[in-house]
Amino acid sequence: MAGAPDAVAVDTRRRRRLAGRMALAIALGIAAGLATGSAGFSPSAFWADLAGGDAGLILGQIRAPRTLGAALAGALLGLSGAISQGLFRNPLADPYLLGSASGAALGVVLVLAAASLGGAYISLSAAAWIEQAGLVTAAFVGALAGVGLTLALARGAVQTLRLLLAGVVVGVLLGAVSDLITVASPDALRGKQAFMLGSTSFLGWNALALMCVGLAVLLALARRYARALDALTLGEDSAASLGLDLSRVRLALVSMLSLGTALAVSQAGLVAFVGLVAPHLVRRSAPGPHGWLLQASAGMGAALLLGADVVARSLIAPQELPVGVVTAVLGGCYLLWLLRQRSAR
Amino acid sequence: MSALLQAEKLGVRLGGREVLTDLGLRIDAGWTALVGPNGAGKSTLLRALAGLQPPSRGRVTLQGRALRSIPPAERARSLAWLAQQGEVTGELTVRETVELGRIAHLGLLGTPGPADRAAVERAIDLTECHEWQDRRLHELSGGERQRVLLARVLATEAPLLLLDEPTTHLDAPHQVALARMFRRLARDGRQARAILSVLHDLPVALRADRLLVLARGRLCADGAPTDAAVQAALVQVFEGAIRIETDDRGAPRLSLALDDGPDDAQALR
Repeated sequence: MAGAPDAVAVDTRRRRRLAGRMALAIALGIAAGLATGSAGFSPSAFWADLAGGDAGLILGQIRAPRTLGAALAGALLGLSGAISQGLFRNPLADPYLLGSASGAALGVVLVLAAASLGGAYISLSAAAWIEQAGLVTAAFVGALAGVGLTLALARGAVQTLRLLLAGVVVGVLLGAVSDLITVASPDALRGKQAFMLGSTSFLGWNALALMCVGLAVLLALARRYARALDALTLGEDSAASLGLDLSRVRLALVSMLSLGTALAVSQAGLVAFVGLVAPHLVRRSAPGPHGWLLQASAGMGAALLLGADVVARSLIAPQELPVGVVTAVLGGCYLLWLLRQRSAR
Repeated sequence: MSALLQAEKLGVRLGGREVLTDLGLRIDAGWTALVGPNGAGKSTLLRALAGLQPPSRGRVTLQGRALRSIPPAERARSLAWLAQQGEVTGELTVRETVELGRIAHLGLLGTPGPADRAAVERAIDLTECHEWQDRRLHELSGGERQRVLLARVLATEAPLLLLDEPTTHLDAPHQVALARMFRRLARDGRQARAILSVLHDLPVALRADRLLVLARGRLCADGAPTDAAVQAALVQVFEGAIRIETDDRGAPRLSLALDDGPDDAQALR
């Protein structure tokens, strides 16, 4: 028994320390996001903006929503990534596995192609309706439809392997349809590319409210399903023998990760690597059961995307880099570093 | 009186192959060892009895009720299963893993009460996992991990335990301790458990109350390890590679028939 309480205390201390650091990183990220404008990251320009007549517009309508939105989208991706890795029992699983990314991209391409062809083929009122429905709705519906198609092909969530294979098939097929449409309507290609690279520049207060409600619901559900994800670490059969109805649990987890991913990608585009890397970072710094891992991955995702967003907006100011490019570079470097560490051991 | 667990005309097909054929057995309180050569269908039988492998023919009943009709949580309170190879991912500690055994009692959101904590404590005591209860599973040796997974099964406090090779990775002292624990649990006056364990360690299996000998998906013998017919069936399914003798106290003793065949030089020629 000697030393046992110490191990628990060490775990608790590590988790508290990481939670504190994430809170600090999020606070600093929000402050940096507010202080990053067309001149790049500049606290002095921030004070000037604050004192200026357009403070309400610049800070209240542009920088605040996109900064807070980056945090929320990151949190949704981090949480969805942790759910995906727990569900598939694979630390390399990401939230886009089940067709949500290709579905969202197809949704965006369809709307862009319809809008560009609208003048020739459809009435003005229909074109206006398409524009009004917007890319956000298209991406959201597309992401959910992609996962729905995966579930249909896999005949529900009865088998994990079948689900994964169906996700791959849907990804390839919907990607091919997207490509075909962009060949027929080249105007849609640019829009699709912008969506694929991710951006926080279109985030407004309405988007924030939507993501906020979604994140709150998902965090509450994550608390409920954390124990089921813990049971899955013992293997699917063992989890079933513990009394879990695995088909229902899988379906609930797939729904949760699709909703989280759809909300994030519809607002911020296909931001890469956050969903994959956030749970990794939490596990490395302060491992623990899913009750902790899911919530902490949301916090880590928020901190990561906030940081990446500030870098994307300030590196080549007054121009912006797509935030997905920054997360991809940072995420790729992190995984490379992880790989080198493992081979050095 | 209906058996705790009963299989009637049980058949299982996997990949077009008949793995279990027309199998009938009943399991009541006591320690039963299930033995047989590789590929005999032992793990499949255990999975079918646990409700994890749907039978292609026949049926399994738990206390007279069809196993498939019993809701998962209720079934898990009556019947616990230990996997052959404890595949484990994640970052759970030993104690957190053992606590998972209480899911069927707590549901997904319930907070462990005194009865749950006591069950976890008993399971950790029985398997002697106290010393490293706060370490993570992936930091343990194969044998230590096996004991933790067994503790997780014991924490369910289910009256029926289906254990697929629980002695895997265990050293000799822990194999002996495990055999003693099974006998104790099976004869516990308060709650005598029914334990059905697949065992490759035949000397340990011979200490069980009852031996089931399985070969090519069929039950070849069912009886006490001291029963001559059971011993003969055992020698036969292992193609004469084992010898069973009776010691001074009447207990069966097993040895490998290493000297009975052609010598190594001849075999190599």
